Amino acid sequence: MVSGKQSVEERSVTRTEARKIIIRPTSGWAALNLRDLWVYRELVYFMTWRDLKVRYKQTALGAAWAILQPFLTMVVFSIFFGSLAGVPSDGVPYPIFSYTALIPWTLFSKALQDASRSLVNSSHMITKVYFPRMILPLASVLAGIVDFLIAFVVLLAMMAFYHVVPTANIWTIPLFLILALITATGVSLWLSALNVLYRDINYVLPFLTQFWMYITPIAYPSSMVPEKWRLLYAVNPMTGVVEGFRWALLGSGQAPGMMTLVSTLVAIVLLVSGMFYFKRMERLFADMV
Amino acid sequence: MSQTAIHVENLGKQYRLGQQVGNYRTLRETLSGRFGAKKAPEEQKALLPESIWALEDVSFDVEQGSVLGVVGRNGAGKSTLLKILSRVTEPTKGLVEVYGRVGSLLEVGTGFHPELTGRENIFLNGAILGMKKTEIEAKFDEIVSFAEVETFIDTPVKRYSSGMYLRLAFAVAAHLEPEILVVDEVLAVGDAEFQRKCLGKMSDVAKEGRTVLFVSHNMSAILRLTQETLVIDKGHLLLRAPTVEAVDFYLSRGLTQEGQRLWQPDEIPAQAAPFKPVAVRLLDKQDHVMEAARCSEPFYLEVEYQLHKAIKGLRVGIYILTSQGEFVFTSFDTDDPEKFEEYSQRPAGTYKSRVEVPPYLLNGGRYVVGVNASSYRIKTYFHDEQALAFNMDVTGAPGTQWPENRLGPVRPKLTWQITQTNGGGE
Repeated sequence: MVSGKQSVEERSVTRTEARKIIIRPTSGWAALNLRDLWVYRELVYFMTWRDLKVRYKQTALGAAWAILQPFLTMVVFSIFFGSLAGVPSDGVPYPIFSYTALIPWTLFSKALQDASRSLVNSSHMITKVYFPRMILPLASVLAGIVDFLIAFVVLLAMMAFYHVVPTANIWTIPLFLILALITATGVSLWLSALNVLYRDINYVLPFLTQFWMYITPIAYPSSMVPEKWRLLYAVNPMTGVVEGFRWALLGSGQAPGMMTLVSTLVAIVLLVSGMFYFKRMERLFADMV
Repeated sequence: MSQTAIHVENLGKQYRLGQQVGNYRTLRETLSGRFGAKKAPEEQKALLPESIWALEDVSFDVEQGSVLGVVGRNGAGKSTLLKILSRVTEPTKGLVEVYGRVGSLLEVGTGFHPELTGRENIFLNGAILGMKKTEIEAKFDEIVSFAEVETFIDTPVKRYSSGMYLRLAFAVAAHLEPEILVVDEVLAVGDAEFQRKCLGKMSDVAKEGRTVLFVSHNMSAILRLTQETLVIDKGHLLLRAPTVEAVDFYLSRGLTQEGQRLWQPDEIPAQAAPFKPVAVRLLDKQDHVMEAARCSEPFYLEVEYQLHKAIKGLRVGIYILTSQGEFVFTSFDTDDPEKFEEYSQRPAGTYKSRVEVPPYLLNGGRYVVGVNASSYRIKTYFHDEQALAFNMDVTGAPGTQWPENRLGPVRPKLTWQITQTNGGGE
């Protein structure tokens, strides 16, 4: 070795990953290999940051979109469901009632929309460089948190306007946010992997999101659902999320209980199954995307 | 000292046809496949060879610090091998052990986003290539000065010239400092200056004791930079030998394989009728199909086609383009007025139009053959600007005593006279 000294010095910088890598065919339900995801954790940050940066650079209204979408939906809901149809809102002003639900919902639906296309949109990267593919849908989901925070500030302003005082349980909001993120990630992993194999997902998605919105208590309170159906109703994890948000902020809706538990369990099942399915399909991505 | 950097054992990669790039399934296809719905006969025929082995039973070891060349015609399995080594795609069989990080100059600019600034793209691209943030920060200034983009570092890269863009992208990849560097055909892109930088970086990397895998169609670059070379053909490793031997083997054997393009029914547009292209071939003097031509020998291009009806004023011709897409020349089979007269109408039947390209015309490098069949000012029946690609080997061309790339697509053998004019000699 000619320049032994020099290369030793450089190794100390790059050796962190200079480990033996074994490449062999995997089959069936491959192990998750979360260690790899950990090694590439910085890429998760960079990809999330890129998604945000590009979005705000390319759109004329930038961050305003984070507010406009849930806000305008809230206005429409308030007029048609709140005023005209007279849907009950558990004693909370209807705009606040629906907007509280729309924030986590927007996070969820936006995550599905972006994440399901994330692999296909980054096909040039997938076919050229190795990195844990899971990073792509994950970054799409995480990028939604910024929008969420912006919309949340608007909610606080609205609550001040309507003189609604948040309950002492407001500290649990991050937990329900995490539940929403787990759900969004689980579903996104399924959809993004499926989208590589079947482009039909692009057509399925708008329908799926719309359908999902109806079975989530956004425009109406879950108290409208008969008692005996509530647990089945909570199989939709977004029910648990929305109920949790309303409970923590407005003191309305169901206090965390069996429904929350069911929602959480289903969310975890979605996430774990999504990760395994994604991993199983991952090896086909570069050849099929 | 001589540790193994890459160990490859019985490596195989199978592609199901219809699973290749861009051929995603639709749900309907999967469902109809599963429930055994009948496919149209033609569709079935196209699917007949269910799968191909892009790589089969390949075994080799690479020692740390060596520079190994890989040659093979297009589709031989070189790219598949590189993709497996860099973990982009998984093998179907076998085992690879890689000691250290694999970087690739093929990945130049991957993940660059036009809206982001140079600075932002350096971080993003570095992270995609597997660098740590601290590592990128440490090398940031070096990368910027290597790329010579200091003044534009906070400008979105969409405003960069293509040269600046390429330099920046290359600078990031070059500073990855992987233990194993994979270089795939960098000589096909970029200007001479860029190629020089790539090659320079490659030899630096090798001098530092890292391992380089160099894939190229450019035999002179392979000869210059590598000591040992693998010859791959149809997914198999045919030979591993000292580079001089391997290149000779490749060039002489390569002449019997491929170098032809057969058009599949689905590649022929409906408006081509009654003209039906069959094949275009690169041939040697003995009518053998070859995949590389030599500057010092003539070569032949042959277009085979069928006419289902007589066509008036038909001309069938070829274009030669460089790999950068610049036209070198165009020629038609009825360029000669006498031929034009003779073939003013071609009756239905099967034809071959064949042209001899003289020696000492094209420079070394990669060329693309386009095919055109038209009646002047009446109709273009068929047109394929990228029907076939082939390499020109400069061996025996004028000026090869200097192992440098000659600029320009032509390499004529010209006669020079050198006279001393200051009345020296006699």
